[in-house]
Amino acid sequence: MNKFPTWRYFVIIAVLMLGILYALPNLYPAQPAIQVAYTDSSKSADQSLLNTIREEIAKQDIEISEINLKNNNIVAQFSSVEDQLIAKTALQKALLDRVIVALKLEPTTPDWLASIGGRPLKLGLDLSGGVHFLLEVDVETALGDKVDGLLNSYRKKFRTENINYISSSISDDQVSFKFKSSEDYEKALDIFLTDTLTPTGFQFDLVEQSNISTLKVSYSEIAIKELRDYAVKQNLMTLRNRVNELGVSEPVVQRQGANRIVVELPGVQDTAAAKKIIGKTANLEFRLEAKSNASRLRKTEFDYKDERYGTAFLENDVIVTGDRVTNANTGFDESGFAQVNITLDMQGGRAMQRATNGNVGRRLGVLFVEQKSKSTLVEDEFGNEVIEQTSYIEKNIINLATVQAVLGTNFRITGVGSPQEASELALLLRAGALAAPMKFVEERTVGPSLGKENIELGMRSVMIGFLMVILFMGFYYRLFGLAANVALTSNLVLITGIMSLLGATLTLPGIAGIVLTVGMAVDANVLIFSRIREELKGGKNPHQAIQDGFSRAFVTIFDANITTLIAALILYAIGTGPIKGFAVTLSIGIITSMFTAIMGTRAIVQLMYGSRNIQELKI
Amino acid sequence: MNINFMRFRKIAITISLILFVGSIGSIFTKGLSLGLDFSGGTLVEIQYEDSVDLQEIRGVLSDNGYEDFQVVNFGSSLDVLIKIADQPGNSSLGDQIFTLLSSNDFEGELKRIEFVGPQIGSELRDQGGLGMLVALGMILLYVAFRFQYKFALGAVAALGHDVVIILGLFSIFAWDFDLSVLAALLAVIGYSLNDSIVVSDRIRENFRSERALGSEDLINLSLNQTLSRTVITSLTTLLVLFALFFFGGEAVRGFSLGLIIGVLIGTYSSLYIVTTILISLNLSQEDMAVPDVEGAEFDDMP
Repeated sequence: MNKFPTWRYFVIIAVLMLGILYALPNLYPAQPAIQVAYTDSSKSADQSLLNTIREEIAKQDIEISEINLKNNNIVAQFSSVEDQLIAKTALQKALLDRVIVALKLEPTTPDWLASIGGRPLKLGLDLSGGVHFLLEVDVETALGDKVDGLLNSYRKKFRTENINYISSSISDDQVSFKFKSSEDYEKALDIFLTDTLTPTGFQFDLVEQSNISTLKVSYSEIAIKELRDYAVKQNLMTLRNRVNELGVSEPVVQRQGANRIVVELPGVQDTAAAKKIIGKTANLEFRLEAKSNASRLRKTEFDYKDERYGTAFLENDVIVTGDRVTNANTGFDESGFAQVNITLDMQGGRAMQRATNGNVGRRLGVLFVEQKSKSTLVEDEFGNEVIEQTSYIEKNIINLATVQAVLGTNFRITGVGSPQEASELALLLRAGALAAPMKFVEERTVGPSLGKENIELGMRSVMIGFLMVILFMGFYYRLFGLAANVALTSNLVLITGIMSLLGATLTLPGIAGIVLTVGMAVDANVLIFSRIREELKGGKNPHQAIQDGFSRAFVTIFDANITTLIAALILYAIGTGPIKGFAVTLSIGIITSMFTAIMGTRAIVQLMYGSRNIQELKI
Repeated sequence: MNINFMRFRKIAITISLILFVGSIGSIFTKGLSLGLDFSGGTLVEIQYEDSVDLQEIRGVLSDNGYEDFQVVNFGSSLDVLIKIADQPGNSSLGDQIFTLLSSNDFEGELKRIEFVGPQIGSELRDQGGLGMLVALGMILLYVAFRFQYKFALGAVAALGHDVVIILGLFSIFAWDFDLSVLAALLAVIGYSLNDSIVVSDRIRENFRSERALGSEDLINLSLNQTLSRTVITSLTTLLVLFALFFFGGEAVRGFSLGLIIGVLIGTYSSLYIVTTILISLNLSQEDMAVPDVEGAEFDDMP
């Protein structure tokens, strides 16, 4: 008789049950839904919005199958895509720009499954349709600007301190000053060593060459890394804000590598519009308040961003724009009130100095400039009401404060209200503009029809491949083939379950990986069965042959699978999106197939032959 | 069944050498026809309701100042694929072309637009090549650690043989080589190694138990013992790959083609390349003298 401990059955059954449990959410089809959020991201959706939505949709004679308030959004589900589209148009017409309406597919996972972490597989962009952008942050330009700023700060400092220098220049992001006398050199060195002109506290590398009286200064490696991190993080934050405006249900905005940002927008088709919003330039303008007697031609009336304050007239001349702001943070003034500290680069500082010189006591306004789009209802040529989108530029005053002294690169705005309001202003000053320019380096758009086609073709090839292998194994190995087929089927269930549980993304190459796994997974069984045949031929009795066949084949199977796993892991490391999906399904497939083909098949064979006294084994 | 594999060893090696040298020659003279992932550029796929005249589309494009483009059918006569070679950094080319064609009576459904910037393309090339080398290196280490360096050399020679010949075929027939084919190539490495390990494992086992036979006979015996497994596994893998090739659509065709060739060549190389290396390195009983214990520790497993 063969020994096969009972606990192993329990392990196999437990693993299989878990696999089935977590694969289960994929059987519940996702339902078309719309997701509604307020355009103003500071407002979260509430019961009143929910009621409005319900009323508006009821007018259209369509039924909402479920409506919920979820993470500041309202999600309404419908039984058909037609209803979903009708509801979307109706809501957009009724509420126009007050809300963002996004189409989405809402999983219908039952609550009890969701509560234990069950969720359906996430589909990659190649299956769901949508856009993938890869943006590169131009850190070099940002660094160049900083170095320019540095050169100008030192020039100014030397002028005020009466230090004479022969020449100043920038090469390879390094500022260098050449001095006339060693006296000037010493004084300058002193300034370099003690006076940090760096507002952000970056570190410097200083090169002293006293014999030829030259001083060179550049940002240290750490400072450059900090600068890059800062620029990328800043842009990431700005991008997140912008992507939220697009009304996409599950956007991805992520840093990739040192200076790249990935943006993925499932379901978005109009790439041109998406690109415009992502690449748009929100900006700031600093302008003086117009004198009350200024001519109408030289001033403009602007609204405050905070409607409570009404409007104010500002001069038409722009002193400085927001991209000159190198940093903004909050602090407290002498009497403990919140203030915002602003740092401009040198060019901005000079312009600010010129403008405020002789204008102390007047008020300086900060304007927030935003490119926005507006929806209006218009009639088309057939007399139907359609929504037309027009883009326009909106400028609002975010702050108006009295100039206390001539301003330069560093100044502060006081009277900005509570510390919280101050930090919001600082954020706007920082986040309004991008910290460094960005460009699109990769873009992939997949239309919805192609996504659907990819799923259908992929699923079909899995089914056909699977059936052919099952038929072959059943035909060639008979009863043992049946055991292998049960193992293969459980393998598919386990792959689905594990991928769903891990929240892994299924892509078309991922499906190809599953197909490949189906073909290769039977290898373990083939190895075992060939071995059993040999052992039988060698004259062993059936039970002994089964026992030895399994144990001898194990080492081979293990070695062979580990090497495939190595290849899969390397593929994961070098691959991009869809290819990573292939590596993931291949790796999971290898591991689950070892489990099902060895443990699973062994258990089934044991159930079939274990307790019987067999004379002859057909294999 | 008892086939004297080693008798055909010289013929097999001659064929392999011809294929190998031919592949290297083609890769260096003709090069690979790099897909968008590696070459960089823009690709637009549009589906029409009726088949359209590609020549007219070419006309529209060249009339509007586009150069260096390819217009081909993709999968069916209704699908049109337009590829434009590297235009440094212009990411909106795809949108422009789709709008241009739509306004010139070529209104269809946009299936996809892909843009890969020049620097991304070259990075992916470097990464891909590096990944390949790292994979080969790590596998060499693993096999050397688990078996013996002669087996490792045999296995890696077989892998190199497979990879070069697949690349050569892609070069000779000018099939598109993109990221998915690279993925297929790495999967082939895994698969071919599978075969080599099964064969090596058996050779090692027989060297220990069948001390009376000479090394050539031993290898022959081992190959015959593993033959049915080798054939069946290749068959089931090929079954699913053909399913993928015929029913999986255009998107996975290059991938499945690479793998189909890989499985065929991988199976062959595990029969001849590994064994030839072992024979020419004079694999002997002494190489197996150090008793391996790893077999023993697993004996209790099912």
